[in-house]
Amino acid sequence: MNVELSRRAFLQTAGAGLAGTTLGAFGFADIEAAHAAAIRSFKLANTTETRNTCPYCSVACGIILYSKGDLRKGEQADITHIEGDTDHPTNRGTLCPKGSALLGFVKSPTRLRHPMIRKPGSDKFEPIGWEDALDRIARLMKDDRDKNFVAKNNDGVTVNRWLTTGFLAASASTNETAFATYKVVRSTGILAFDNQARV
Amino acid sequence: MTNSWTDIRNTDLVVIMGGNAAEAHPCGFKWVTEAKANRGAKLIVIDPRFTRSASVSDLYAPIRQGTDIAFLLGLINHCIQNDKVQWDYVKAFTNASYVVKQGFTFQDGLFSGYDEAKRDYDKSTWDYDIGPDGFAVVDETLANPRCVWNLLKNHVAVYTPEMVERICGTPKERFLKVAKMVAETSAPNKAMTSMYALGWTQHSKGSQNIRAMAMLQLVLGNIGIRGGGMNALRGHSNIQGLTDLGLMSNLLPGYLTVPTQKEPDLATYMSTRGFKPLRPNQMSYWQNYKKFFVSFQKSMWGDAATPQNDFAYDYLPKLDVPGYDLLRAFELMHQGKMNGYFCQGFNPLQAAPNKKKVIESLSKLKFLVIMDPLDTETGRFWENHGPYNDVDPTKIQTEVYQLPSTCFAEDDGSLVNSGRWLQWHWAGGTPPGEAKRDTWIMAQLYLRLKELYTKEGGAFPDPIVKLTWPYADPGDPKAEELAQEINGRALAKVTDTADPTKVLAEAGKLLPAFAALRDDGSTACGCWIYSGCFNENGNNMARRDTSDPDDAGFYSKWAFSWPANRRILYNRASADLTGKPWDPSRKVIEWDGQKWSGYDVPDILPTAKPDQVGPFIMNPEGVSRLFTRTMMRDGPFPAHYEPFESPIVNPVAPKVRGNPAARVFQGDMAQFAEAASPEFPYAATSYRLTEHFHFWTKHVIVNAVMQPEFFVEISEQLAAEKGITKGGWVRVWSKRGSVVAKAMVTKRIRPLTCDGKTIHIVGIPLHWGFTGAAKKGFGPNMLTPFVGDANIETPEYKAFLVNIEPAPGPVA
Repeated sequence: MNVELSRRAFLQTAGAGLAGTTLGAFGFADIEAAHAAAIRSFKLANTTETRNTCPYCSVACGIILYSKGDLRKGEQADITHIEGDTDHPTNRGTLCPKGSALLGFVKSPTRLRHPMIRKPGSDKFEPIGWEDALDRIARLMKDDRDKNFVAKNNDGVTVNRWLTTGFLAASASTNETAFATYKVVRSTGILAFDNQARV
Repeated sequence: MTNSWTDIRNTDLVVIMGGNAAEAHPCGFKWVTEAKANRGAKLIVIDPRFTRSASVSDLYAPIRQGTDIAFLLGLINHCIQNDKVQWDYVKAFTNASYVVKQGFTFQDGLFSGYDEAKRDYDKSTWDYDIGPDGFAVVDETLANPRCVWNLLKNHVAVYTPEMVERICGTPKERFLKVAKMVAETSAPNKAMTSMYALGWTQHSKGSQNIRAMAMLQLVLGNIGIRGGGMNALRGHSNIQGLTDLGLMSNLLPGYLTVPTQKEPDLATYMSTRGFKPLRPNQMSYWQNYKKFFVSFQKSMWGDAATPQNDFAYDYLPKLDVPGYDLLRAFELMHQGKMNGYFCQGFNPLQAAPNKKKVIESLSKLKFLVIMDPLDTETGRFWENHGPYNDVDPTKIQTEVYQLPSTCFAEDDGSLVNSGRWLQWHWAGGTPPGEAKRDTWIMAQLYLRLKELYTKEGGAFPDPIVKLTWPYADPGDPKAEELAQEINGRALAKVTDTADPTKVLAEAGKLLPAFAALRDDGSTACGCWIYSGCFNENGNNMARRDTSDPDDAGFYSKWAFSWPANRRILYNRASADLTGKPWDPSRKVIEWDGQKWSGYDVPDILPTAKPDQVGPFIMNPEGVSRLFTRTMMRDGPFPAHYEPFESPIVNPVAPKVRGNPAARVFQGDMAQFAEAASPEFPYAATSYRLTEHFHFWTKHVIVNAVMQPEFFVEISEQLAAEKGITKGGWVRVWSKRGSVVAKAMVTKRIRPLTCDGKTIHIVGIPLHWGFTGAAKKGFGPNMLTPFVGDANIETPEYKAFLVNIEPAPGPVA
C-alpha cells in the first residue's frame, strides 16, 4: 500500500466529498455551507502522525501517535490519541488491552516531571535542579570509585574493577540508549551491571 | 526467537509451555490463530493453570510447575522408543554420533565430577573423545555405547509416561496424547513450534528447561525450518536488545564476554575463544571473535586502543566470579559492601525476590539514583506505606535521586522484538515537565565524570577520559549517531580479503555488514551482530516495505533483523544433505549446485557445499548439540530437579535438593522451606494478567480500572478445604513473608496428584505495589526465594511453597 497517502489526507478528501455531494445535489447551496460550517472537522485531520512501537511486550506492535503540534517543525507536541498501525506486518493494526490504553501511560498522573532528592533520614522528596542533581551524583560516583577501585587483585593481576557501585539498566529503553549507557558504565569499571532480562 | 512472530503462520503444531501467549502476548498470538484457521494447525498448551491460551487449544495438559524437564525428557523418550525421530536430520545435523569421553557418568541425579561443598562440577569428563587428527571422534553407525545418542537414550529412559505422571501430575493418558501429536512432527514435512516465556526461565533450572525443548526439536528436525524453532516470547519490548548489547555483568556487546582475572592479557583471553573447528571443513564462525572484539574496543576507545596496548584490554574490568548479577548485587548490598546503585527504568523493589531482603539492602546504600518515566516503588523504598512498605524513614540514611526520563512516545531509536527485528521509532510528543531522554542523562553524567577526572585525576582515569565520545553535541547524543556507532565504521580503507582490489568500505564510511570487520584496528563496531543495521544505504531499521513474496512470512524488507537481516536462524538446516528443502512447501533456502539462495539470507557461506559444511556454523562441530559438553554449569543433559521449595521429594533423585549446581548464598538456604514441608504445603506460582504489564500499567487509569486489586487464585477444592470463599480475604505466607489478598476461586486451577499426594496450586499475579492508580497491593516477591537459575541467575519465581488461610480484611 502507498504509505504516502496518510490517513489524515484520506479523511480530509472523504469529508469534503461527502459535503460536496449529498446536499449539493439538491441545490441547497447556502444550507450546505451552513451545514458544513456546523460540522466539527475530524479530530485526526488536524494532528501529526508519528510511527512508533508499543513499549510493553516484545511483539512490538506498530502504533501511530497522533499529536497536536509537530516536533519536527520545532513545535510543542501534545499526544491526543494512539492506535495500532494497520501497515505493521506483525499486529496489522490490532492492539491488546495494554496497548489500547497507551495514551494513559503517556499521560499518567504519576509520570515523573521534575528531578527530586530524598535526603538521608527524610520522609519526603524535595525538588532539585538538573544541574545540581547531576553534579552531586557525579561527585558521589567519583568519590566512591576513587576510594574503592581495585586496580590489581591479590595476585598482582591488573583487574581494574569497581564493585561498590552498581547499575541496573532497563528493559524498554532503545538500543541507542543502551549503547550510550554501556559505554559510560563499562568505562568506569562497574561490574554489578545487569538488566531486566532475568525478571 | 530462532524464527519470527509472522512465521508462526507456517506451523502445523504449536506447543505453548512455559508461557501464556494469548494473555501476555495477545497480538503475537494472532499468528497461532492464523495457523489454526488457515492450515489446520493444532495448539497444545501445557500449564498448571487453564489459561486463555489453553481455552482455545486443541489439547490441554496440566502440569505441576517446576517439572517441565521431566515432561520434555518424557517426550524425547517417547520419540526414541517409538522411532519418531527425523533420522536424516539427527544423524547429519546433531552431535548424536559424537563419542563422549570415558568417565562421564550420571548417577543418583548427579553428573560426574560433582563437588558438594562448592555446589559445582569438575566438568573434565563432559566432552568428546578427540582423535589423533585433532578432531572429535564420531561413530556414524551410532553403535558405540558412548556416542551421544546412546547416552541420551539411557539418560531419558527413566522418564516413562508413568514417571511423568508421578512427577508432573499430568495424567498418563493426557501425556500420551501430547506425545503422539508432538511425535508426528518428526516427519520431514511437518513442523512444530515452541513458544515459551518466563514460565520456563524463572526456575533454578530455567536454562535446562529450554535446552530440553531444543533437544526435542532437534530430534524432530524442527530447527531452522519455517513454522519451527525455539521461540522465546521476550517479556519486555527491548529486553532482547539490551541483552544483545551486553548490558550484563559478564557480557560485551554481541555475546562476547568480559575477561576474567585469569586472563591477564589479550592472547590469554583469545586462547579460549577462537574455537577451532572440531570436524573437518566446518566454519566455526567464532574464529572471527577477535575481529568482533577489537572492533568493539575501537568503538569504545578509538585511538587509545592500539595493537601495542592489546587494544586497551586493560581498560576492561576483570571478573573474579562468574558475574555480578542482580541477585549478587543485592547480596553484596545486604552485606554492606555496596555504596551506590542506579536503576534506569527498572523497579527492583517489586521485581527482585524476597522483598524484605531488598528493602534491607537498599537501606544500606549511601546513594540510589532512579531514572524512570514513572514514580516507582524503588524510588520510594524509604517511604512508609503501612503493610505494603513497612519502613521507618528516619532510620534509612540512603540519599535518593529521582530523575524523570522520557517514555517511548518522546524518544527516537530502535527496539528489538522477540523475532530479532530492530525496528526504529520516532518521538511524537513533548516530554512532560523537565523529563529528559536517558541518552542526555547518561551523557551529562559522563561529561561531569570526565571533567572531574581530567581536573583532579583519581583512580585509573584512562578508560573514562579516553572514551570515544564523537557526538555533534557531546551533551546530547542523537539516536542516529549512536545507531551508526553500533553499526560500525571503517577507520582505514577495508578491502576484501580474497580480492584486495575490491574495496568494502573507504575510511570513515559506515560498514556494510559484519563480514567487513577486521582485527587489526581498521574497523570500529559497537555490536557486531547488529552491523548492517545503519550502513551507507541508510537506516535499515526504519525500512517499511511490507512485501512478502509468496506469503512466506519473512517480510525481509521490513526493518532489519540481526544477524545480517536473517529471519530464520540455522536456516541451512531447512534443507537436506543435497541442499533440497526437507519440505518443498516450506522452502527457506536451496542449493542450486553453485550457491545457496531463497527467501531468506542463508545462514551459511553462500558457496558452502551442502554435504560438507554443517548448518550450525557458530558451533565448532558444525552441528547442533544434544549433549552440550561443558557449556552449562548443571550438566551436559537436562535432568529433573525439584524446585528449591518443593511439595514432594524428587522421585528420581531423592537425595538431591533443588538444582545441585545452583548458587545459594549463605543464609538463604535456611530461608527455604524443606521438601514436602507440612508448614508450607501448597505449590505457588506467579503470573501476569492480560490487562497489565508488570508494574507499569497500574499507573494507567484504564488498566487500573480493569484490574484494580491484588488477588490470589486457588481451586474450588482448596477453597472448600480451607473454608475460603470467593472474593473473601486470605492470608498467604511463605518462609520469607506474608501477604493479604482477595481470593479468586476458579476452575482454572485444579489439584494435581504427584507421587501419590494431592498438590494444590496457588496462583499469584504480580502487578500491584504502592504507587500508581490501582489499589495498593502486594506482589509475589514478598514470598519468593532468593535463588536463581544455575546458569544465568534468573530468580525462581515460578515454583515455591506457601500456606494459606482465611483472613480478616487488610489492616491498612
